[in-house]
Amino acid sequence: MARERESIRQFPETPAAGPEARPGGQRELALAFAAGLLPVLLLWLLLRYLGFDVGGPAALLLAALGLALSLAWVYRRGLTRSPAMAEARLMALTSRIRPHFLFNSLNAVLGTIRSDPRAAETALEEMAELFRALMQDPRHLVPLSDELALCRKYLALERLRLGERVQVQWDVDACPPDALVPPLMLQPLLENAVYHGIEPIDGGGVLIIRIVSAGGMVAMELSNPYEPRHDHAQGNRMAMDNIRERLGLFFGLGASLEHEVRDGRYFVRLVFPYARGGA
Amino acid sequence: MTPLRLALVDDEAPARARLRDLLQDIADAMPTEIVCAAASGVEALELLADQAVDVVLTDIHMPRMNGLQLALHLARLSPPPAVIFVTAFDQYAVQAFELSATDYLLKPVRAERLLEALRRCRPGQPPEARQLQALAPGGREHLRCTERGRVLLIPLDEVLYLKAELKYVTVRTRGGEHVLEESLAQLEQEFGPRFVRVHRNCLVALAAVRGYERERGEAGEVDSEARWVLLLQDIDEHIAVSRRQWPQVKSLLKG
Repeated sequence: MARERESIRQFPETPAAGPEARPGGQRELALAFAAGLLPVLLLWLLLRYLGFDVGGPAALLLAALGLALSLAWVYRRGLTRSPAMAEARLMALTSRIRPHFLFNSLNAVLGTIRSDPRAAETALEEMAELFRALMQDPRHLVPLSDELALCRKYLALERLRLGERVQVQWDVDACPPDALVPPLMLQPLLENAVYHGIEPIDGGGVLIIRIVSAGGMVAMELSNPYEPRHDHAQGNRMAMDNIRERLGLFFGLGASLEHEVRDGRYFVRLVFPYARGGA
Repeated sequence: MTPLRLALVDDEAPARARLRDLLQDIADAMPTEIVCAAASGVEALELLADQAVDVVLTDIHMPRMNGLQLALHLARLSPPPAVIFVTAFDQYAVQAFELSATDYLLKPVRAERLLEALRRCRPGQPPEARQLQALAPGGREHLRCTERGRVLLIPLDEVLYLKAELKYVTVRTRGGEHVLEESLAQLEQEFGPRFVRVHRNCLVALAAVRGYERERGEAGEVDSEARWVLLLQDIDEHIAVSRRQWPQVKSLLKG
C-alpha cells in the first residue's frame, strides 16, 4: 500500500498534457497590462488634477514604472503557473474522501451482507471504483462522461446508507459527454451536498444536477436543500476552494465557481471552457 | 441471566441492521433484547416514554436530534439507561468521550468491542453533571414535555418566555403554551445566559425581546403606578418587569 502511494506521488519525466494546455492566455495578457498600466495612468491623472505639470522626463518615468508593474504581474503569474508549480499544486490538491463517508459506507456494507449479499457486492465494487478514481493521477483531464459515471456510483453508495432520504434529479441530456474536466470535480461537490444538505435534514431531500453547454463553455449547476442552522460553512468552503484552485490551474481565468442560497436551496455553479478530448 | 434491554438509535437502516447482527452473534455471552429501534434522538425519546431500557446504543450525527443531545435527555429519565455512543468518525465527539469517560464504539463495530462495552456499562446510574458538561457544553437544545401521553420536544430557540405557575412552569412559544415538569430555578441555572429574569416568576428569552416601554397601570389596581413592560417578537403580549429586576433587565437589553 505504502509503495503504491509512493508510485502515485512520483512525477513522470514528461509533464502531463494538462495544466499548461489551457485556453484563456490572451485574456491574461490583457489583464497583466491593465494591472500594470492602470495604476500609473490614474496616478498621472491625479497629478494633473492636482495641478502638477507632468511632462517630458516625468511622463517617461511613469510609463517605465507602468511597464515594470506589468512585467512584475506577468512574472508572478508565471511563477505560480509554471508547469512544475502547477503540477505540485495539483498533487497537493488531490481530492480526499471524507473519513465519515468511508467508515459509514463500510459499516453499511457490513450491515447489508447478511440480508442482501448481492447489494453488498455491488456496493463494494462501487467503492473500489471510487477509490481507484481517488488515487488516479490528478494531473490528467478526464471526459465529463467518466466523471458523471463516477458520481452515479458514489450516489448509489449513499443510497445504500441513506435509502430514500437521498433523491437525485439528473438534468444532463444537453451535457457534452466529451468535454474535458479535472478529475473529481463534481464528486466532492455532491459529497458536500449530501453531507450538509441531505443528512442533517429530517426526511432528506432532492439533489438537482444540471449540465448544459453553450458558446464554447460548459455550465454545471448543483443544488441541495438548505437550512441555515445546519450550516457548517468551514468544511464546505475548503472543498470549494480546492475545486476552484484546480479549475484555475487547468483553465486559468476561463473557469469560475460560485455559490448562492436562494429559495431555501444551496446552489453551486461551475463554468469552464468546453475543451474536447483528443480521442 | 435476564437479557439486557436495549434501544438502537441510528438514522441509517444498514447500521441498525449491523448492530442487530452483532448482538445476535454475541447472544450466548451476553443475552439482549432489542426493545426499540429509532432513526433519531426525537424518535428514541418518544419510544422510550412508555418503555424502559437498560442501555441505549446511539449514533451521533442524526437529523432532528443528535446522539449527544439525546444523552442529555436520557440522563433525566428515571431510571436513566446507560448510553454507549457508536460513531464512524468524529474527532470532536471522540475527544468529548475521552474527557467524560464515556464509552464509545467506532464504526464498523466489532463484536468483541460491543460485548466489552455492554459488560462494562452500568444501567440505572445517572451520569455525573461534569460528564454531561463535557459531552455537550452547550447544554440541551430542546425542552421536553409530555402532553396527552405524547413526548413533545420544544426547540430552545422557539421559547419566548418561561413562567412559573403554582406547581409547574409554562413555556410560551409562538405556537402556544406547554407545561414543563421542571422548576424555574433549575431552568435558569441550566440556560442562564439565554434568558433574563424579569420577575420573581418569569424568565424571558433575550433573543425574543423586541423592545420595552412604560405602561400605566390600570386604574383601580393597588399598584397603579407606571411600570416597565417588555415587548416580544411574534406575539402581542406585554411582560411586566418587576421594579426590583428592572435595573438588571435594562442593562442587559442596552448592553
